Amino acid sequence: MAARSPLGRTIAAHAVLIAYTLIALFPVFVIVVNSFKSRRAIFAEPLALPNAETFDLVGYTTVLAQGDFFQYFQNSLIVTVVSLAGVLLFGAMAAFALSEYRFRGNTLMGLYLALGIMIPIRLGTVAILQMMVAGGLVNTLTALILVYTAQGLPLAVFILSEFMRQVSDDLKNAGRIDGLSEYRIFFTLVLPLVRPAMATVAVFTMIPIWNDLWFPLILAPAEETKTITLGSQVFIGQFVTNWNAVLSALSLAIIPVMVLYLIFSRQLIRGITAGAVK
Amino acid sequence: MGALTLQGVTKTFGTTKVIQGVDLEVRDGEFCVFVGPSGCGKSTLLRMIAGLEDVSSGDVRIDGTRVNDVAPAKREIAMVFQSYALYPHLTVRDNMGLALKQAGKSKAEIRDATDRAAGMLALEPLMERRPAELSGGQRQRVAIGRAIVRVPKLFLFDEPLSNLDAALRVATRIEIARLHRDLGATMVYVTHDQVEAMTLADRIVVLRAGKVEQVGAPMELYNDPANTFVAGFIGSPQMNFLKAGALGLSSDTLGIRPEHLAISTEAGEIEASVTHLEKLGGETLVYARSEHGLQTVRLFGEHSYAVDAPVWLTPDRSRAFHFDAAGQRLR
Repeated sequence: MAARSPLGRTIAAHAVLIAYTLIALFPVFVIVVNSFKSRRAIFAEPLALPNAETFDLVGYTTVLAQGDFFQYFQNSLIVTVVSLAGVLLFGAMAAFALSEYRFRGNTLMGLYLALGIMIPIRLGTVAILQMMVAGGLVNTLTALILVYTAQGLPLAVFILSEFMRQVSDDLKNAGRIDGLSEYRIFFTLVLPLVRPAMATVAVFTMIPIWNDLWFPLILAPAEETKTITLGSQVFIGQFVTNWNAVLSALSLAIIPVMVLYLIFSRQLIRGITAGAVK
Repeated sequence: MGALTLQGVTKTFGTTKVIQGVDLEVRDGEFCVFVGPSGCGKSTLLRMIAGLEDVSSGDVRIDGTRVNDVAPAKREIAMVFQSYALYPHLTVRDNMGLALKQAGKSKAEIRDATDRAAGMLALEPLMERRPAELSGGQRQRVAIGRAIVRVPKLFLFDEPLSNLDAALRVATRIEIARLHRDLGATMVYVTHDQVEAMTLADRIVVLRAGKVEQVGAPMELYNDPANTFVAGFIGSPQMNFLKAGALGLSSDTLGIRPEHLAISTEAGEIEASVTHLEKLGGETLVYARSEHGLQTVRLFGEHSYAVDAPVWLTPDRSRAFHFDAAGQRLR
C-alpha cells in the first residue's frame, strides 16, 4: 500500500487541529461577543455578532464604574505573580537537590514531594482555614499566596527534577572545578538550560491560580483582598444576574493572563540555546 | 610541582565496590593514561582525583598534600571533559577566564592568561564567539584552553577525543602530546582506546573491574604483558590465544601477536581455513578459523587468499607468551 502523501497528511493534521481550536475557543468567543451586546440581545440571539442595533458597552461601563475593579485586578495579579515566582524558585531548587545530590531518603523525599499531585489541596481546606485563622492571615493576600505556592510545588518539583536529570553532569562538574558555588551552578548553568520546562510549569501553575474561586472565597473574601474571579461574582445574584457585567468582567479577566501566557510561550518556543554540550 | 599519589583508594556505591584499592604514583611531569574497557572504573577514579566523587577509603595526595577533603576548585587541577562542558552563556574568552575570575585575579592578569592560552591553541579568531557558534573540534580546543589558563598542578582528561571524528581525533591527539611537551605538566588521561593510550602515554595504567592489572610504559606492556587481559587489550589487532596443550606445550595458553603468526598454503603447525580478508594497503589482515578459534594474521604489503581456502598457521615460538589457566603470565 502506498503511503499517504505528505500533503494529505498535512491537511488532515491541520483539519484536526483547527477543529480542536474551534471547540476550545468557542466558549471564549461567546463570552467576548456577548459582552459587547445589550441585555436583550444576549438572550434573543446568544450566538449573533453585535451589530449597530445590539452593540452596547453597558457591561463594561458597569464594571469600570464599580470602583473596586482595578483593586480586584491588582489583587489577582499580585497573588498570581508572587505565587508563580515562589513555585518556580522553590520548585526548581527542590528539583535540583533531588536530581543532583545523593543523600539518604532521596527517593522517598521525591515521592513525598510528588504526592501533592494526587491529593487535591482542597481536601485540606478546613485545616488550612484553621491555620490561617491561628496565624491571623485571614483576609490577606499572603494567605492566598502561601496556599497557591504549596498547591503548585508538587507538579513543579516533579517536572523540573526530570528535566534537571538531563542537564549534563560534565557542565556542572566543570563549574565546580572552576570554583563556582552550588548556587551559581544552579542559577547560571542549570536554570537557563531548563528554561522550556520552567515555562511549561509556569503556564500549568498560573492558570488554575488565576481562575480559582474557592480559596479567595474562603480565605480572603474581604473587599480589599477580592480577586477578579471573586469580584465578578458580585454581579451574579440569587435571583437577578447582571449578565452584561459578568461577561465584561470575564472578558477583561482574560487579558492579563493572556499577556503572561504570551511571555512564557515565547520562552517555550525559543528552547534551549543549542551547542552548550555536544 | 604536580606529583599525584593514590594510596589504597577505594570507592563503593551502596554495596558494590567499583574501585578496589588502587595504589599509584604519578611522577611530576608524567603523562599517565588510565585505560580499560567501559565500566572498569577509570572515569570514577579520575573524578575522585578531581574531587567530584568522595573517596570511600584511602588517600589521594597531590604534591604530598592529602586532598581527600579539599574542594575541587582548591586542588589546583584542571579537567577536560568528553562533552566539552563549555558554559553556553559565556564567550570563549569568558569561558577560559572564569576560573581566574572566581579566584579573584585582576582583569589584566586574566586577559594575559587567556591570550597566552589562545595563542598556544590558535583560538585568537574565536575569542568573542559563544560555544554554540563553534564546531566540535573548536569546542574541544576551547575546553583544553580553559584548562591551560589555570596553570594547574595536574591536568585531568576524561575521554576528551571520544566525541570527535577520526581525522580530528588524530590532530587533537598530536596537539595534546605537543602541549604536554611544551608545558611539562603532569597529565592524567582516561580513555578506552588503546591507540590513544599507546601514542600519548609515558606510562599506562590498565584497569579492569576497579583493579589495576598492570602499570608500565607502552612498550613494556606490549612486550611484557602480565596476564592475558593486558596482552589482549594492548595492541591492535588483538593478540591470538592458542590452546597450548594442543601444541604439545606445558602451559595453558599461548599468546601470539598477529604479526608473529606465519601463514602458508602448503605446510605448518595449525590447520585452518580463511574466513575473511581485510586489505588496508600497507598491511593485510587474514582471519582464519582453526580448532583454537578465530585467529588473526597480520601481513605487510598486499596479499591475496581465497575465503574458505585451507591454510596452515605457524606461531613464532621465540615471540610467544605463555599463560597459566588463570591467565597469569608464565615467565
